[in-house]
Amino acid sequence: MGWSIFYLLVFPGLIFLGAYGLVVEFADRKIYARLQNRKGPPWFQPFADFVKLVSKETIIPREADRRMFKALPVFALAAVSTVILYTPIWSTGALFSFEGDMIVILYLLTIPTLTFFLGGWHSSSLFSTLGSVRALTQLFAYEVPLFMALLGPAILAGSWSVSGVAAYYAANPAMALVNIPGFAAALIATQGKLERVPFDIPDAETEIVAGPFTEYGGRLLALFRMSLDIEMVVVAALLSAVFIPLFSGSALLGMLFFVAKTLFVVFLLAAMRAAMARLRIEQMVSFCWKFLTPLALAQVLIDVLLKGLIK
Amino acid sequence: MAKVVIPIGPQHPALKEPENFILSLDGERVVGATVNLGYNHRGIEKACEQRTFLQDIYIIERICGICSHSHSTAFTQAVEEIAGTQVPKRALYIRAIVGELERIHSHLLWLGVAGHEVGFDTLFMYSWRDRELVLELLQDITGNRVNYGINTLGGVRRDISPEDAERIKKTMDVLEERTKYYIKLATEETTLIERFSGVGRLSKEDAFKYGATGPVARAAGISKDVRRDDPYAAYGEIPFDVITDEHADVFGRTVVRVKELLESYKIIRFALDNMPDGPISARVPRKIPTGEAVSRYEAPRGEDIHYVKANGTDMPERVKVRAPTMANAASVAHMLQGGYLADVPIVIAAIDPCFSCTDRTIRVKDLRRGDESVMDWNGLREYSIGWYRQRGVDCSAIKDFRKEDI
Repeated sequence: MGWSIFYLLVFPGLIFLGAYGLVVEFADRKIYARLQNRKGPPWFQPFADFVKLVSKETIIPREADRRMFKALPVFALAAVSTVILYTPIWSTGALFSFEGDMIVILYLLTIPTLTFFLGGWHSSSLFSTLGSVRALTQLFAYEVPLFMALLGPAILAGSWSVSGVAAYYAANPAMALVNIPGFAAALIATQGKLERVPFDIPDAETEIVAGPFTEYGGRLLALFRMSLDIEMVVVAALLSAVFIPLFSGSALLGMLFFVAKTLFVVFLLAAMRAAMARLRIEQMVSFCWKFLTPLALAQVLIDVLLKGLIK
Repeated sequence: MAKVVIPIGPQHPALKEPENFILSLDGERVVGATVNLGYNHRGIEKACEQRTFLQDIYIIERICGICSHSHSTAFTQAVEEIAGTQVPKRALYIRAIVGELERIHSHLLWLGVAGHEVGFDTLFMYSWRDRELVLELLQDITGNRVNYGINTLGGVRRDISPEDAERIKKTMDVLEERTKYYIKLATEETTLIERFSGVGRLSKEDAFKYGATGPVARAAGISKDVRRDDPYAAYGEIPFDVITDEHADVFGRTVVRVKELLESYKIIRFALDNMPDGPISARVPRKIPTGEAVSRYEAPRGEDIHYVKANGTDMPERVKVRAPTMANAASVAHMLQGGYLADVPIVIAAIDPCFSCTDRTIRVKDLRRGDESVMDWNGLREYSIGWYRQRGVDCSAIKDFRKEDI
């Protein structure tokens, strides 16, 4: 019981995740800036932004549903923080795992998007309503390829648990090579999940101001931003556990590997963000169904065939 | 989703200046659009009538922060025409060179803004980095980064030394390399093409109908350029091509602007090599004889028209400015219709709008009664006298310049 609370709140729970989330946000912003030939922010900038937002007054629109408006950022933060308990960090085994925890993780990762939708919807403002409708439309486009991209490696590993999948590829690193198409599909779908260019359609600044977050400010916005940062950490952790078989027996070295792997994923995400323009929502949906889903499907097919061959 | 009416502006992140677009949406599709100008009226024309011709150059220059040289050149050309001044050749070449440098910085600025509007911030950062080179050049040869203040009645105020010319040429070489990269980027990067092509269509017929000018018209296949059709400054002696494109959409407008950059480098190189020696300004009398003139200038955004009427004093009787955005604004409502909400910012940005240069009137809307009216000068004067009288100030004795003139 005592350890569970420590896991939840300190390591690898809220405090570690929050701190590492800020580090990852800094890495993302710095890489993005360097790719754009800019200097980029100093290392403490995300932390300073967070402190500043927290100290600001919280304004709730009169038309908004007060209870939902306040509760949703907490939901988002709780959902993404829980994911880390089932994700391998320094070793192949997560803190908690059971056969089928991959489904739980993917489910928990859907919750933030739903809270963005509900948060925008309950703000009752024009721009947030439009933004939340877009967020939901986008959800249906990227979730399927993301799930299928993770399904392939799981079939080959013969396990529905992320720890099981990680353990299989740690034992057979060469097998991870066949999962590269799935990794690409998952990375692109992740851009949609994290609402980043080219899929930052729900909060397209020049079109609908800040989308679902238009009416949010102060502490509540800080919580939303923090949950996005943490979501990036856990998604990077999930992708690196499934697709990058680089683990170590020792906890310290394993932790270093974890940092290197997640930062590598973040680098790929930042490079993608820097190299593209934002798509329109209907272009995004058709791209996801026409190209991304077939790519993920091909991954599933490859893994099923390979599994048959090995047997 | 039911039909919703959504306001873009007067305050909106996509707009760099306050202006209002009312859009009717059916889901993500725009089914109706109205453009409301008139949030930026600064009374510049009126201010010009109360200052001398020489002072007016500096006011006119501040109509626009980007095409400031366009406005001041158009104005000085009109005044010189009335006064019958023969401007020295060298001054005309310098005007053309500064004008082209301004076009380069304006088009690079536009490219960045267009990138930002479609969420491609990397393009924004790159092109604005390169724009900095031009701004530094302008600072070196004129003393200022934006409002150059190089024009004066009868010529220019500063000469371009051979060292300056060398530096300009070197920078042009750097920029030419970069521009070729942008052409490659604009025509090959998939997401950019997805967002630009087929968006904000304006056919050749519609461009004629709505009176579009500048790159907007040229992208619709209309070969129209004041520099060639009615040469001013030194353009009559400089060979260059008028870039046109048949795409008639945002993609076409991008291509036209980026290719025009290459033409500008050509013009500047030619002008620097063929610049005649001699004085850089001629004397113009303080009092300009009675007369009127219309002056046209190909600003980066399109045709800029100035009308000046002189009455024999040292102040103009009437100055009228028609900024290029005024001509292009009419076509925006047409371009927005039937498009997506996501494309609204880029369609508006694609005419390279400069709203504060455009506004010449105030629309007054009575919120309680809900009706709109346009106030003329006398109405505005009477309204303000009444407003101050209610607050215990009587300003009816302040003389009305207009009445005196009549």
